[in-house]
Amino acid sequence: MDALLSLMHGFEVLLTFDKMLLMLVGITLGILVGVLPGLGGPNGVAILLPLTFSMDPTSAIVMLSCLYWGALFGGAITSILFNIPGEAWSVATTFDGYPMAQKGQAAEALTAAFTASFVGSLFAVLLITFLAPSIAEFAIWFGPPEFFAVYLLTFCSFVGLGREAKHKIVISLIVGFLLAAVGMDTVSGQLRMTYGSVELLRGFDFLVAVIGLFGISEILLTMEDQLAFKGQKAVIRMRVVWETWKTLPRYWVTLLRSSIIGCWLGITPGGAIAASFMGYNLAKRFARDKEGFGQGRIDGVLAPETAAHAAGTSALLPMLALGIPGSGTAAVLLGGLMVWGLQPGPLLFTEHADFVWGLIASMYLGNIAGLIIVLATVPLFAAVLRVPFATIAPMIIVSCAVGAFAVQNAMFDIWLMLAFGVVGYVFKKLDYPLAPLVLALVLGDKAEDAFRQAMIGARGNMGVFWSNGLVGTITTLALLMLFWPVIMKLVGLVRGGRAPRTA
Amino acid sequence: MSADLHPSDAPDDRAVISRRTVDLSVSVLLFLIAMALAYDNWQVGIAWAPDGPEAGYFPFYLCMIMGVAALVGVARSLTDPGGQDGFVTRGQARRVMQVFVPTLIFVALIQVLGIYVASFILVSGFMIWLGKAPVWKALLTAAIFTAFMFYVFDVQFTVLMPKGPLEAAFGL
Repeated sequence: MDALLSLMHGFEVLLTFDKMLLMLVGITLGILVGVLPGLGGPNGVAILLPLTFSMDPTSAIVMLSCLYWGALFGGAITSILFNIPGEAWSVATTFDGYPMAQKGQAAEALTAAFTASFVGSLFAVLLITFLAPSIAEFAIWFGPPEFFAVYLLTFCSFVGLGREAKHKIVISLIVGFLLAAVGMDTVSGQLRMTYGSVELLRGFDFLVAVIGLFGISEILLTMEDQLAFKGQKAVIRMRVVWETWKTLPRYWVTLLRSSIIGCWLGITPGGAIAASFMGYNLAKRFARDKEGFGQGRIDGVLAPETAAHAAGTSALLPMLALGIPGSGTAAVLLGGLMVWGLQPGPLLFTEHADFVWGLIASMYLGNIAGLIIVLATVPLFAAVLRVPFATIAPMIIVSCAVGAFAVQNAMFDIWLMLAFGVVGYVFKKLDYPLAPLVLALVLGDKAEDAFRQAMIGARGNMGVFWSNGLVGTITTLALLMLFWPVIMKLVGLVRGGRAPRTA
Repeated sequence: MSADLHPSDAPDDRAVISRRTVDLSVSVLLFLIAMALAYDNWQVGIAWAPDGPEAGYFPFYLCMIMGVAALVGVARSLTDPGGQDGFVTRGQARRVMQVFVPTLIFVALIQVLGIYVASFILVSGFMIWLGKAPVWKALLTAAIFTAFMFYVFDVQFTVLMPKGPLEAAFGL
């Protein structure tokens, strides 16, 4: 009941003309960011973050989170009309979305995708509304060992659940940590890894890294593929939307299943990408007509979109309740909180209730507004994609440079962005995941502080991470996650060894 | 060398360098970086001071883990069956350079001319050379885009961008 009252208060905070306008701007920009190759959720938010330095935190987070919802919606447009996923989490949407568009059912496919996104997000937002306050209340009693254990759990889940080669995930994480550690040590004031450079004293800003790693590298990769957009046309008529909506209740099992998968993978940082594939695969496994998948089935669009959005939205739950983001974009938003002078973590709910509940209320309104805007503006954004890439590419490059400079008004950061762009290009081509790097870069200092405080409190005894039931459980869980693939293999071996005997 | 792996293909589809070579070089480079950083942190101090772990403690052990992971990477890249594949074909490398080199020049120009003039040159140049757009169209698009950026950042949000001689002439 408390949650409902607080939520009402959140709507009150939100329902002003300025904030509604910011929401609309955020969503529209977000769809654009999701549609354009080379821009995406994380670096769209990163480029615009400097613009919000002068805003009050609530307006800023409302605009940026709406940008995030917009980007989630936008990814589906390119997948369905052009067979080009605008975002990695919409790859699975192309499997059935594009065939539907080819059959002339583009409007149905788009409606299904957007509605599914909406359902997935709504499910996740409801979860956040009722679960996040309790988690935060519980987490207020966390000390440094508990927090370090939770950080450890996050990082270990990345390694254990990631689909890339394990050593590459580990390297990506540690590169992020080390980049975060460059500059002045916050505890002792000593300089680390600066090699006498004045520019490096400031350390590496995660925004510059995100813009280079995701923005510049994506432009290079897009150029490589020699993209010529040849897509299907689509105008969404109200009648088609209505007809499609009428069929959706039939797929409630798919929607519910994908929502649950998405929320689970969003909270544990499996991420929207993994969620969309898992949603698709499970829908296919449980379907009676398996051959229909891949040839344009509507539930082949519903399943991955619902899961991706549920994951993308629920990734904000641990960010709000614990100060630990569940995805790359959530990590950038978390970095924003620190820039605006808010301390992420469980205290946020009590100390900045306006902010938290304003954000949660904006998730409801943002998703409703997003659904309406995206349905109405599909032809416009599809037209944007027909603009030659030679026109769009330099504009994206300029936006990236402006964003990187604006972070600290430093020319050196633009050079850094370029360097990160090259690193991102090589890493992406070699299948190094980039999200762990960004997460570690944002959380690195906090994780290290928690570790050192815990160690100081325990006089260097590692046993502190098993000193009580709570911290012990989290630490053990973290190690379980880390060795999850090995454990599964062992379980498989034991079962595989037994099977012939029982047979 | 590695380009001979696909001798029959058209020159544009030939690989400039194999995936294995790049994977291996990156792993070795990461290992060297890990060791160099470990040495730096070791000098800062990785031991236990009266007030807790010294500043180099945490990064030092991270470097150690990264070194091990990089060595795994070296071993994996040598045994990777897909390592023979090309990392990038000639055509791809050329197209990537077509965007990377102008970006490099653009960043260098920002330092001399300020971000707005450099942006104007980048957008119009890109459209004319790569997009084969009519000159007037390119110049107009670039002008509108640059003016828009100036309005949003410098005027509306007062985020001051680097400026050059042109802005100085206008007294900005």
